[in-house]
Amino acid sequence: MGGLQKKKYERGSATNYITRNKARKKLSLSLPDFRRLCILKGIYPHEPKHKKKVNKGSTAPRTFYLLKDIRFLLHEPIVGKFREYKVFVRKLKKAYGKTEWSSVERLKENKPVYKLDHIIKERYPSFIDALRDIDDALCMCFLFSTFARTGKCHVQTIQLCRRLTVEWMNYVIASRALKKVFISIKGIYYQAEAMGQLITWLVPYQFSHDHPTDVDYRVMATFTEFYTTLLGFINFRLYHSLNLLYPPKLDVKAESELKEENDDDYAMNSESYLEKLSALSASLARVVSTAEEEEAELDQFPVEGEDMANMEAREREQKQEEAQKKLFEGLKFFLNREVPRESLAFLIRCFGGEVSWDKSVCIGSTYEVTDETITHQIVDRPNIDKQYINRYYIQPQWVYDCVNAKIILPVEDYFLGVTLPPHLSPFVEEKDGDYVPPEKLKIMALQRGEKPAHEQEDEEEEEDDDEEEEEEEEEEEEDNEEGEDDEEAEEKNLKKMEEQRSQGKSLTVKVTAGKVKVENPARLEQEEKAEEKRLAIMMMKKKEKYLYDKIMFGKKRKVREANKLAAKRKAHDDAEKSKKKARK
Amino acid sequence: MEESSSSGTRSGAQRPKMKEKEPEKSVKKRNKEEEEEEEIFDFTKKSQEEDEDEEDEDASDSEDSVFSGLEDSGSDEDEEEEELSDDEDEEEVDLRVEPRHTQQVETGTVKKTEKEEEEKKKEKTETDEVEGGATEEAKREDEYVHDSSDEEDIRNTVGNVPMEWYRDFPHIGYNLDGKKIYKPIRNKDELDDFLDKMENPDYWRTVPDKQTGSDVVLSDEQVQLVNRLQRGQFGDANFNEYEPQVEFFSRDVMLHPVTNRPADKRSFIPSLIEKEKVSKLVHAIKMGWIKPRRVEDDSRGRYYDLWANEDSSILARHKMHLPAPKIPLPGHQESYNPPPEYLFTDEERAMWEQQDPCDRKLPFVPRKFSSLRQVPAFSRFIHERFERCLDLYLCPRQRKMRVNVNPEDLIPKLPKPKDLQPFPTTQSLVHTHTHTHTHTMCTGSDDGSVRFWEVCSSRCLRTVQVGGAVKSLAWNPNLSVCLLAVALDSVVLVLSPSLADRQVVLSSERLLSAPQEAEPNEGAGPVTWSETEGEELTQGIRLKIQHPKAVQQVTWHAKGDYLASVMPDHSSHMQVLIHQLSRRRSQNPFRKNKGLVQCVSFHPVRPYFFVGTQRSVRIYNLVHVILWFGAARLCFLQVIRHHKKAVRGVAYHRLYPLFASSAPDDGPVRLVQAVYNTTPYTTLIRSHYSITGAVLQHASTTRIYTLTTDHLQNPLLVPVKVLRGHDITADLGVLDVTFHPTQPWVFSSGADATVRLFT
Repeated sequence: MGGLQKKKYERGSATNYITRNKARKKLSLSLPDFRRLCILKGIYPHEPKHKKKVNKGSTAPRTFYLLKDIRFLLHEPIVGKFREYKVFVRKLKKAYGKTEWSSVERLKENKPVYKLDHIIKERYPSFIDALRDIDDALCMCFLFSTFARTGKCHVQTIQLCRRLTVEWMNYVIASRALKKVFISIKGIYYQAEAMGQLITWLVPYQFSHDHPTDVDYRVMATFTEFYTTLLGFINFRLYHSLNLLYPPKLDVKAESELKEENDDDYAMNSESYLEKLSALSASLARVVSTAEEEEAELDQFPVEGEDMANMEAREREQKQEEAQKKLFEGLKFFLNREVPRESLAFLIRCFGGEVSWDKSVCIGSTYEVTDETITHQIVDRPNIDKQYINRYYIQPQWVYDCVNAKIILPVEDYFLGVTLPPHLSPFVEEKDGDYVPPEKLKIMALQRGEKPAHEQEDEEEEEDDDEEEEEEEEEEEEDNEEGEDDEEAEEKNLKKMEEQRSQGKSLTVKVTAGKVKVENPARLEQEEKAEEKRLAIMMMKKKEKYLYDKIMFGKKRKVREANKLAAKRKAHDDAEKSKKKARK
Repeated sequence: MEESSSSGTRSGAQRPKMKEKEPEKSVKKRNKEEEEEEEIFDFTKKSQEEDEDEEDEDASDSEDSVFSGLEDSGSDEDEEEEELSDDEDEEEVDLRVEPRHTQQVETGTVKKTEKEEEEKKKEKTETDEVEGGATEEAKREDEYVHDSSDEEDIRNTVGNVPMEWYRDFPHIGYNLDGKKIYKPIRNKDELDDFLDKMENPDYWRTVPDKQTGSDVVLSDEQVQLVNRLQRGQFGDANFNEYEPQVEFFSRDVMLHPVTNRPADKRSFIPSLIEKEKVSKLVHAIKMGWIKPRRVEDDSRGRYYDLWANEDSSILARHKMHLPAPKIPLPGHQESYNPPPEYLFTDEERAMWEQQDPCDRKLPFVPRKFSSLRQVPAFSRFIHERFERCLDLYLCPRQRKMRVNVNPEDLIPKLPKPKDLQPFPTTQSLVHTHTHTHTHTMCTGSDDGSVRFWEVCSSRCLRTVQVGGAVKSLAWNPNLSVCLLAVALDSVVLVLSPSLADRQVVLSSERLLSAPQEAEPNEGAGPVTWSETEGEELTQGIRLKIQHPKAVQQVTWHAKGDYLASVMPDHSSHMQVLIHQLSRRRSQNPFRKNKGLVQCVSFHPVRPYFFVGTQRSVRIYNLVHVILWFGAARLCFLQVIRHHKKAVRGVAYHRLYPLFASSAPDDGPVRLVQAVYNTTPYTTLIRSHYSITGAVLQHASTTRIYTLTTDHLQNPLLVPVKVLRGHDITADLGVLDVTFHPTQPWVFSSGADATVRLFT
């Protein structure tokens, strides 16, 4: 027998993977540095198909990376920078230890720095790729921008995050890209559409953070480092796509207005500029100083194979979108000091409204409370002393609900001191069979243009429909059993007769008039179909049957959950009604 | 307060001494009495009535001072202690200080001398400073001038000793003549003191002198001096601390050198040490160890159009790259003001709390706030972000194909049962108490009776008592004879019920009587044939075939002449016997035991014989007596898993493509129709469904086999009906099913002691 003996684990999947520790050694990096590198380069572990094979026979839990990935990391210039940094830290420590202050200073001046531009270009070869991955970056930057300027991370990082998020918000305002917004218990979710990509981000409420101890801030800081670079480049590109200046400049007109009012409040001009930008009240300067560009009407080209109805639907959709963009146009808002200013100002400006606030709340207010042209004042307190007669005093939820409903909702439900209607998530898209809260049905009716006067009836009707459907479902199930019941009854009769016959031989023969069985043809048909289906299910193959059962189980669970919600709602409504009656 | 009380105790302690010292004073007696009272106070009510205590004490103090100057020193000491302890009670200090105040007049002269002395001292220091370069001898003399003993108050010669040593004495020192200086008599009480404080404008600058025990009023200069010293300034107001410095060595070249020393040689020679240092630096720069100061690089945080030239060089990596899935979007329950149905009830909340965090459906409890301003910060916000970060860089990613199937597509498309009629659909007759012979059906039961029924009317035609529980019975398939084989215990009976046409009865009689001629020459076999007589004969029992063991099943050959019986037994090779009716002969076809035989069957058309054991089905060719090994020719068709429990009975129809199965533990009879795309009916079915699931009696499946696959391409089995009707008694439902030989009717016998006909 010729040939060399084949050794185990020298070919195949064992050679394609590398454990984390080996990878770390191969790159000669410490674990934190390796981690940082993985984060920056977007390298993630892989789960091999046959873990034991890859693990060379051992079943110990290990993290595996693709060997290709690690080889790819070997060529990364940042790895060299990491090593340099390590040396720098060592030197610095030594200098401190020897109290050589001059060398400490010299070393500090020559602290190695690295840039992440090339990594971003490499990870996202096209702009759209980068835009698609921006959700996490925005969430993180918004979180970091709310951190206190002490402790957990560098002040520069926080400032940079703040700057970038302000730029992003200004872009969203300028492009009117916001689509949905949702106040959750975690924070406020926003969804915008930039260049055809839906981007969702979450902004925490403006409170100081209770920093948890079981969170590794180094990891978060590394992510933030990457995200800030990414977001910066994206902002740049987005601003240029709208012909806006970057870094953002305020409109000349707006700037002069702002200058008049509060020039002396802020000592440093540079400081106040960011503040002014973050006030979100003024429009931005454009590269080409043409006034509002008229958006070119999109020409409609009928696409081959697309019928007219389809096209019309698309057109309608576009129109609706346009209308949504101008939702608050012509309305003038004033924010009381207790409402979240930034969020509301952002929203209102996104949809073309004018907004202002008290001068002492923030820089950049454009008009006073006393302005007679204000149409809506947003208030979040039980009552207010001095009320102007020609404006609505509404609670902040109105703005959010309007944005989600894409129409101006009636203000009555949102007046001061009124119990607010539930705030629904705009991200939930109910398919048929799912539970739809009645409030959503109401809003949908409003969107369709139905009058709110019919609201109540509609609601009830719809509810009734639901119930009926449910009942029908139940009936269906019962039907099958009913058929059996009939038979059983018949049988019992027969039995009785037989017994009689066997006991007393003299049969009292009697002919009674038969009853005409009323047969519902529709029901019969249904029954037949159900029976057919059941028989067909019997004939399924084992594999398919398993899958079918699983799917049906899931469906049933969904229905059960929906029913549960509906029942809960009904119980709640009944309780409310009875309470109302009791009050009367 | 504490202090005062402590001082009180101290004074109490002092008192006995005083008594010793001045026993002669008569006034003291009264005093003593008071003191005793005080003592009582001290020990008993100290804690309770401290205020009173204090007052008492103060009073006693002042009284003491009235009578003698003795207490004065004691009070002094008190003051000192008070000074030591930080919290001074000012009033008390005042009270203590006051008595000395009156003595100021007496000691006025003394003070003056003091002042003078101080002035002198100042002068001295000044002169010292001025005469910086005085001769050394003069300095030596001055040493004595500065001697501390000279500095001391010349009126009191006690020297530099602590004055508290004189506390218990009436005097405080000695004058130059060696006479005692007595302590000034304190004749001021609290009231005087207070008045003094109120009236005397100099009260604030009155200071007690320890050495003389007298009070000194400080002059303006002295007060000023004290103030300056307190502020940390020089004592002399005229002293200028910031005199302009006389530049001794200046940049101006002076006419004359400051020193006339000639320059060193080393000042002309370049420094070696410096050279070394420079060369070190040069070397370091050359080697690149020291870098020039870096130009401040502000390109960090400066952005440009990174994707300006979008080269479409998408690496293979990018194709392989899996972007991380986005965070799921929030539902209604995450709202700050959700609809009421999304809030947790108490039970749900309790359950949520009990669950393991990873099992929870929602990672948070839905909450409702009546307005936006009441919404607090989300405490796990940073946690959630961090977990997302961990997911991004620590989780292995995998592409998972999600099957998106419409469940309706999974259901096989079968022909409608309606189109496959005829098959029994409705229960038409119930026979209370199986095998059918065109219009007669017979049943055998455990009570030892075989009953014959008319199918169309369900009338019991005859009952034959066979004397034992009937295990199995079978009609002769040959329509020209009317014979029934019944298996009970170890006997197989052949009955001629004579219920049919006369011709048929005659032909069957002929068949039974035929074998007379052939003698049972091999009578040595295990089976004995016997004809019945008497009553049994009248009942219609014609033949008795006695077997050695219990018979489980009987079955007829299609021609009606042969009969096979099964005696299941593990150990014996004699499990199956084939009897020939016309010749009254029996034979054991097998030499070997191939497993426990469950049932046997003749092929309806071909000369095949099937033997079903627990594990296999064997097919034997009766003509050539060649054994075919089962699977070779047996073609497995399909598994039907319609029953949830064990299948006990199966039947196929002779003419129609119908097939029925029953599972006694399950209940209903299920009908299956087989449909073939080419030749659907009769013979095929008859020939091919020869043996069935009876083999697999305890599995919940029915297996259908065909003999050959030639004509059977894509056989299709369609379930057409589930027939219900039997009650389940003792966990048993339908025991057996049989088809009517010509009509598409099915009979089912159940454990509820009924036979039902479905048409």
